[in-house]
Amino acid sequence: MKRRNNPGTYLFLTVLALMWLVPLLWTLYTALRPYAATQQRGYFSVGGGMTFANFASAWSSGFGTYLTNSAIITIPSVILALLLASMVAFAVSRFTWKFNTTLLILFTAGNLLPPQILAMPIYQLFKNIPLPLTVADSGSLLNTYYGVIAMNVGFQIGFCTFVLSNFMKALPEELGEAALVDGASVWRQYHSIILPLCRPALGALATLETIWIYNDFFWALLLVQSGDRLPVTTAINNLRGQFVNNYNLIAAGAMITVIPTLVIYLALQRQFVAGLTLGASKG
Amino acid sequence: MTLTHVTRAAHPGQPGVRHGHLRKLRTSDWVVLGLMVAIPTLLELVLVWLPALASIGMSFGRWDGIGSPTNITSAGWSNYDYVFTNYPPFWPAVLHNIIWLAFLALIATPLGVLLAVLLDRKLIGTRIYQSIFFLPVMLSLALIGIIWELQYSSDTGLIDSVLGIAGTPHSIDFLGNSNINLWAALVAQTWRHAGYVMILYLAGLKGVDPTLKEAAALDGANGWQTFTKVIFPVMRPINTVVVVITIIEALRAFDLVYIINKGTNGLELLSALVMQNLQGEGQDLGVGSAIATVLLLISLIPIVLYLSRTFRKDDAR
Repeated sequence: MKRRNNPGTYLFLTVLALMWLVPLLWTLYTALRPYAATQQRGYFSVGGGMTFANFASAWSSGFGTYLTNSAIITIPSVILALLLASMVAFAVSRFTWKFNTTLLILFTAGNLLPPQILAMPIYQLFKNIPLPLTVADSGSLLNTYYGVIAMNVGFQIGFCTFVLSNFMKALPEELGEAALVDGASVWRQYHSIILPLCRPALGALATLETIWIYNDFFWALLLVQSGDRLPVTTAINNLRGQFVNNYNLIAAGAMITVIPTLVIYLALQRQFVAGLTLGASKG
Repeated sequence: MTLTHVTRAAHPGQPGVRHGHLRKLRTSDWVVLGLMVAIPTLLELVLVWLPALASIGMSFGRWDGIGSPTNITSAGWSNYDYVFTNYPPFWPAVLHNIIWLAFLALIATPLGVLLAVLLDRKLIGTRIYQSIFFLPVMLSLALIGIIWELQYSSDTGLIDSVLGIAGTPHSIDFLGNSNINLWAALVAQTWRHAGYVMILYLAGLKGVDPTLKEAAALDGANGWQTFTKVIFPVMRPINTVVVVITIIEALRAFDLVYIINKGTNGLELLSALVMQNLQGEGQDLGVGSAIATVLLLISLIPIVLYLSRTFRKDDAR
């Protein structure tokens, strides 16, 4: 269908799009300017040159460690969440038994709760689970990567199960039957038949969950005390205390935090959008 | 627990069920299937649902959080009594959560829908527009808080600088002034939320039969009529998802206000009050749990409505 678009539509969208970009551009601009220049001329000014020095300073103040921590937390969390969710989704969507709707509701609803509701019991639980000092120097799950990974997995399993079970329900029923007639075990059916067919959904979910877990602020805030174990999203909260009033450094730190998401966005934008809409396409 | 459930599973006569499989399963298959369900379910119970129940339980108790949980004493309804009548930030927080929801529902979400409808037309450069509006969706709310502080700061921020009042006595302290900081935070939240709604709605619009729009256009309907009379009704599933996301985001709002000032001075939200009572000086686990329980009960309303709608259809299929 061709509908003529009046110039007003373009004007509206263009003005709004520019407004949408301003906060990021301002942050980037601030990050690229030398501190001395902004002190002399003010932040809302031009001139004084451009520099990557702020990025270098921010990096050496710990961003390398924070990004590594983010990777250590995000990668296993995504893999575990997808693995566990795909198993439940397989069981409830490819087999029918009495409680599978109940189970799906349990998982889906769990993902929708505000996480602060769980904060106190989780903190106390993790504090009181003893771990050998060789595994965790805190002697408990607090202040460990394991604790943060566990909560990210526990919280994201729900959404992944919901999406994957919808996807698996749409696969032809005969696939499983044929496999069973051929004498394939349940595990083989899951592992060699259903999972490979779910590749599009798994790819989309992996992208989406990587971004979400990388962006998670709360669990590390609750569970990790020592600064050198914080993932970058939680660590940026300490920026302002660390770089008092040096907005150039704060902006540089913020831009460093954006880079991994930006890379994923540019490389896998379609996967990410597919992941978001997979969850919504069912209603 | 799961194996016994499986054995009771056959539902002959129900449409679309795969009961045929179960009779052919071997013992080893039962075990595998049982474990595949049991391990994730156990994790979900231990990490999500039992803590939620523990919060409810703790809301009737008194505990300073130090020492062993055996020190918990019963408090009856006194924590709720205190929260409702004697705890100054509680009702402001409820009001702020309501404002948060209203702002998202009346401004941010409609803006996202509008963008989706406009960008669904054959526009030149529609993908570029989409990418720009979608960009903030990739960012964490914590980072969005930092980025917007650079815009809002009263001495060097972009907005005050453009107005020419940065650093002067007339400067506007967007985040420090308790009369306006809630609105400033909501603008930052909208920056992200509108793009989120836009992308969901766009995906839904792509699924709408184009002949519907053509028919409406032939009948002389204008853009607004086409949307309200034709598009909106057939978009019901997506509308539900968008409504649920809007409500849940409003109840979950936390990161942004925590980054700005930990949820104080005009930015009190229920989620932030929960945290303020769980750590630091104001630590009172009973009170924190009572607020958490209130938040849980409110959250369960949209969750239950959404899930009953989603899964009822499932059973009927």
